[in-house]
Amino acid sequence: MTVAQMTTVLNLKVLAGKQSMERLVAGGYCGDLLSWVMGRAKADDVWITVMGNLNAIAVAVLADVSCILLSEDAALDEDARQKAEEEGVTVLQSDRSTYDLAVAIGKLLS
Amino acid sequence: MSQALHLHYDVPGDDFTRAGEASGAVKRKLKQMGFNSSAIRRVAIAMYEGEINMVIHAGGGEADVEIMPEKISIVLTDHGPGIPDVELAMKEGWSTAPDHVRSLGFGAGMGLPNIKKYTDEMRIETEIGKGTKVFMVILAQ
Ligand SMILES: Nc1ncnc2c1ncn2[C@@H]1O[C@H](COP(=O)(O)OP(=O)(O)OP(=O)(O)O)[C@@H](O)[C@H]1O
Ligand SMILES: [Mg+2]
Repeated sequence: MTVAQMTTVLNLKVLAGKQSMERLVAGGYCGDLLSWVMGRAKADDVWITVMGNLNAIAVAVLADVSCILLSEDAALDEDARQKAEEEGVTVLQSDRSTYDLAVAIGKLLS
Repeated sequence: MSQALHLHYDVPGDDFTRAGEASGAVKRKLKQMGFNSSAIRRVAIAMYEGEINMVIHAGGGEADVEIMPEKISIVLTDHGPGIPDVELAMKEGWSTAPDHVRSLGFGAGMGLPNIKKYTDEMRIETEIGKGTKVFMVILAQ
């Protein structure tokens, strides 16, 4: 499944990084503490979080996740949005909870 | 064999907007040079963790990177407070990060353990009141 397909099926908002939505989603990781994410998320995971700051974008780039999915309608800071555009990191948003999104994506991937 | 490539970066202290510039630049360089994506990812994460530690805990520092075809060596040098108990600092979950950086998502106490996890060699030299040097080596294969 691509990021674009996931976005359509789950009706997610695209906040940044439209240009990278053909990336594949291989799995997922949920968490807001950046070092846990860097230690445990795998490349090509969708990263579900409420962290929409500049450091989250840096982590997404370095950990090579397929995209960031902000749950609970968590906000994306303006400087983070610009950085995401620059770096080509897709940032998605939904009003659903982290748990709900993880369950839904898990179903799509199985 | 081709010569080693040396890169040097200054890492400004307490500037979270710029933290990650050095590791990001190294990541791009390695990509250009055709290193495999798993090695690039390990270098990027390990270096970022060390870089952010210098920003949070040591008022900034310097990064020296040596790229060779078979391995990437990184030395991070700061003149911060030093680490009183390295064994304790290496434990998962140990952190002295202040609240304002915790609210940014740091302070899980997982940075040094992540460096250990993603590198093939890691060594810390530290002296109280003088500073800290973190050495890491990542094999390209
Ligand atoms: N360069 C440094 N200078 C001084 N102290 C350091 C340095 N790097 C790490 N430390 C100390 O070691 C502790 C553990 O570091 P580690 O990177 O594992 O966790 P953290 O930075 O607190 O949180 P996280 O990395 O998960 O965001 C820090 O809280 C700090 O006390
Ligand atoms: Mg740290």
